[in-house]
Amino acid sequence: MSRPIVITNVSLYGEETADLVIADGAITSLSAADAPADAVTVDGSGLVALPGLVDLHTHLREPGREDSETIETGSRAAAKGGFTAVHAMANTTPVADTAGVVEQVYSRGKEIGLVDVYPVGAVTVGLAGEHLSEMGAMADSRARVRVFSDDGKPVADPVLMRRALEYAKTFGGVVVQHAQEPRLTEGAQMHEGIVSAELGLAGWPAVAEESIIARDVLLAGHVGGRYHVQHVSTEGSVDIIRWAKSRGIDVTAEATPHHLLLTDENARGYDPRFKVNPPLRPQRDVDAVRAGLEDGTLDIVATDHAPHPTEDKDCEWAAAAFGMIGLETAVGVLQKVMVDTGRLTWRDVARVLSETPARIGRVDEEHGRPLAVGEPANVTLIDPADAWTVERDGFASRSSNSPYIGMELPGRAVATFLRGTPTYYSARFQEVAQ
Amino acid sequence: MKHLLGTDGMSREDAVLLLDTAAQMAATQEREVRKLPTLRGKTVVNLFFEDSTRTRISFEAAAKRLSADVINFSAKGSSVSKGESLKDTALTLQAMGADAVVIRHSASGAAYQLAHSGWLRGSVLNAGDGTHQHPTQALLDAFTARRRLVDDPEGKGLDGLTLAIVGDVLHSRVVRSNVSLWTTLGAKVVLVAPPTLLPVGVSTWPVEVVHRLDHAIDRFDLDAVMMLRVQRERMTGGGDAFFPSPEEYTRLYGLDRSRMDRLPSHAIVMHPGPMNRGLEIAAEAADSDRSVIVEQVANGVAVRMAALYLLLAGEEAA
Amino acid sequence: MSGTIMSAADIHRALTRIAHEVIERNEGADDIVLLGIPTRGEPLATRLGERIASVEPGFDAAASVGAIDITMYRDDLHRQPTRPIGSTKVPDRGIDDRIVVLVDDVLHTGRTIRAALDAIKDLGRPRAVQLAALVDRGHRELPIRADFVGKNLPTSRRERVDVHLSEIDGEDAVMVTERGDK
Ligand SMILES: [Zn+2]
Repeated sequence: MSRPIVITNVSLYGEETADLVIADGAITSLSAADAPADAVTVDGSGLVALPGLVDLHTHLREPGREDSETIETGSRAAAKGGFTAVHAMANTTPVADTAGVVEQVYSRGKEIGLVDVYPVGAVTVGLAGEHLSEMGAMADSRARVRVFSDDGKPVADPVLMRRALEYAKTFGGVVVQHAQEPRLTEGAQMHEGIVSAELGLAGWPAVAEESIIARDVLLAGHVGGRYHVQHVSTEGSVDIIRWAKSRGIDVTAEATPHHLLLTDENARGYDPRFKVNPPLRPQRDVDAVRAGLEDGTLDIVATDHAPHPTEDKDCEWAAAAFGMIGLETAVGVLQKVMVDTGRLTWRDVARVLSETPARIGRVDEEHGRPLAVGEPANVTLIDPADAWTVERDGFASRSSNSPYIGMELPGRAVATFLRGTPTYYSARFQEVAQ
Repeated sequence: MKHLLGTDGMSREDAVLLLDTAAQMAATQEREVRKLPTLRGKTVVNLFFEDSTRTRISFEAAAKRLSADVINFSAKGSSVSKGESLKDTALTLQAMGADAVVIRHSASGAAYQLAHSGWLRGSVLNAGDGTHQHPTQALLDAFTARRRLVDDPEGKGLDGLTLAIVGDVLHSRVVRSNVSLWTTLGAKVVLVAPPTLLPVGVSTWPVEVVHRLDHAIDRFDLDAVMMLRVQRERMTGGGDAFFPSPEEYTRLYGLDRSRMDRLPSHAIVMHPGPMNRGLEIAAEAADSDRSVIVEQVANGVAVRMAALYLLLAGEEAA
Repeated sequence: MSGTIMSAADIHRALTRIAHEVIERNEGADDIVLLGIPTRGEPLATRLGERIASVEPGFDAAASVGAIDITMYRDDLHRQPTRPIGSTKVPDRGIDDRIVVLVDDVLHTGRTIRAALDAIKDLGRPRAVQLAALVDRGHRELPIRADFVGKNLPTSRRERVDVHLSEIDGEDAVMVTERGDK
């Protein structure tokens, strides 16, 4: 067990100032006066303490593509970004569609111990969109899978989606959809609109996302399953989800940092770091995603951290892989777009980056807990005044396919504690190393 | 000019300079000795990831008439098909001391990337990238039209002229390049295509859009009509088809004798080639006095000489 | 040495004298083709053609004067910003077996003339090539000399010689300035 730690004068949720006393993996007091004699004390002035962040959408790539990320490097990147839990997407090789694979990922995460790795199970065998995978076996495995997704691919068949929504109810699972109508997006390279017309890149129309979400929320309303929409990127999608919620349909949705900040204009230099699926959209859609996150239509922020090796991005746009890394920049981007603009408070950030994702993923016994005495000490310290420039060589991730390289972000996580153990700390917190 | 990547963003001044220079180059090509010593010692690489014998030969002739050394590099296995990557090819060409790389590639943006990646120091000439740009084709089209339609053309643009471009706008790099260039030079451009063959976003282009060729002929005083090549597979792909049938295409968009006769008497007929006779253009239109299709090919060499001269002759390229 | 070195009258007299010298040297003007080197060699060639025609009425100036652009033959292209290409106009009768008189405003290093000789070679095979220059300022870098000179003007390398002609500059004058003077 780690030595007790006291963080003094830290702002809880960006609100009242307190001391956090962490011992035996839990928060034991909010007053330094109660600290054990052997405690390490660090000054938390100016920092914001949040419950450890939870990512509902991470690609760790292991097993299969260890050249882009491993559970170890991905865990390190997550801890550095302030995360204490990540949901590892199922599109690995082999696909996480059996109890064996999800248990392997789960145990490897435990072994590394930097974040809690919760494997996501595939909805269909091999992500092929044909047969339901054995969700029950994955749910009952040691990995206790509650989140199911074919991410990277949509569950395109409406009957299959209906069955998944119904069947997942058996064990409280949520079906998580990468909403993309496949026929409308064959060969698609970027958002279909003014910029794609000029650049001569095949378009990915907004309707390809919206039509799937519309269909799915109606199905979820019909059969009563728990449905979650990944990486909402268009104004129409936000409208449909708002409508579905108003009808009482059990739907939740996520926004990614990149869809909150970047637009399709970023594609103009043909730099594949900006190639992502769903694609970056025009400003009007970005504004709608921001508004959706602000008014709660979009429940959470998830990174869609998608590492790719250099050679998969150092090439022609059409040949490049979709996706960008995001664990280490999520806090900074969210602060820049939503907090510094007054649209979300740090209390809201705790909700969208910790509490609600933990609840959707059914890991809320451990994560997304209040910063209160007796709770597990999963804590992220954020320095909102630590402006930094994103550098290609600065990532803990094995990959560096970040669209933010060269950009200045206003703040970042400076220390992360998982059950009281520091899993990441910046130079300022050297003392916590023990 | 360091690179020639597209006509979008090209200034009128540069466009006119290219056309004027092409005119001087064309004049030298009427002499007995057509070879000029201008680019002696320079190396031009034709880097073709996509087959296009016509374009490659045209660039090769242009470079050789200016005494440059020409290396033809046909890189069939592009990184799209998991062969050698564009980056490695570029590094190889850099090591070989290429002063200019003429690149043809199926991926939109490949020329832009080659020019801006830092993989290569030389000039990059875009000889067609995906469905993005094909600037020398647009320049030779504009050059051909200026010669035919503008009196005493030196120093002049295409002011007051109206060009109709008919066909598959969606998949055409030739259209994108021509729209920018002709509008920069003061002409009006009318795009004629069914909505299935127009990109979403065309409404922001500085053009008029008409869905039927007959309407275009009725509504505009056309000085030039450019017929685009139509890919048959775009009409026969079942659910993927953009058009019901080749026959219907010809009925609605084909340039035949009767439509040609309704054009103003001075109007010219253009085609970037290769033609599908009987599909988008009838033989009597292709072979008529109005047709400048053969001139377009000849002018292609002069325009490419001009581009190579302007990119490579000055001190920036040294 | 600075200021106006040749006035309009000086230029007029020099051209008249060169016209006579060309006729005398070639025993008439029958086979003469005058090719001006752009920019200012062109109007000089035209003027010279008119002078010759006034002395030799059989000389058809319009059919015997042209221009030869040497840009694409220069050996210093890579040392300077890209130059626009001027036009080459060869009289209809061509230059084969005729006597080409190259006309330029200032003869200096000789490199321009070297380029012009290369350009002529690609246009045909004249019987002889001769050179007329309004001003010879010296500092040759190649074994080239003028056959007809308006004025020999010893200069230092730091000086610049500007020829103004009314067709282009609105006045006739030859001026010498110290570099950095203006
Ligand atoms: Zn996805």
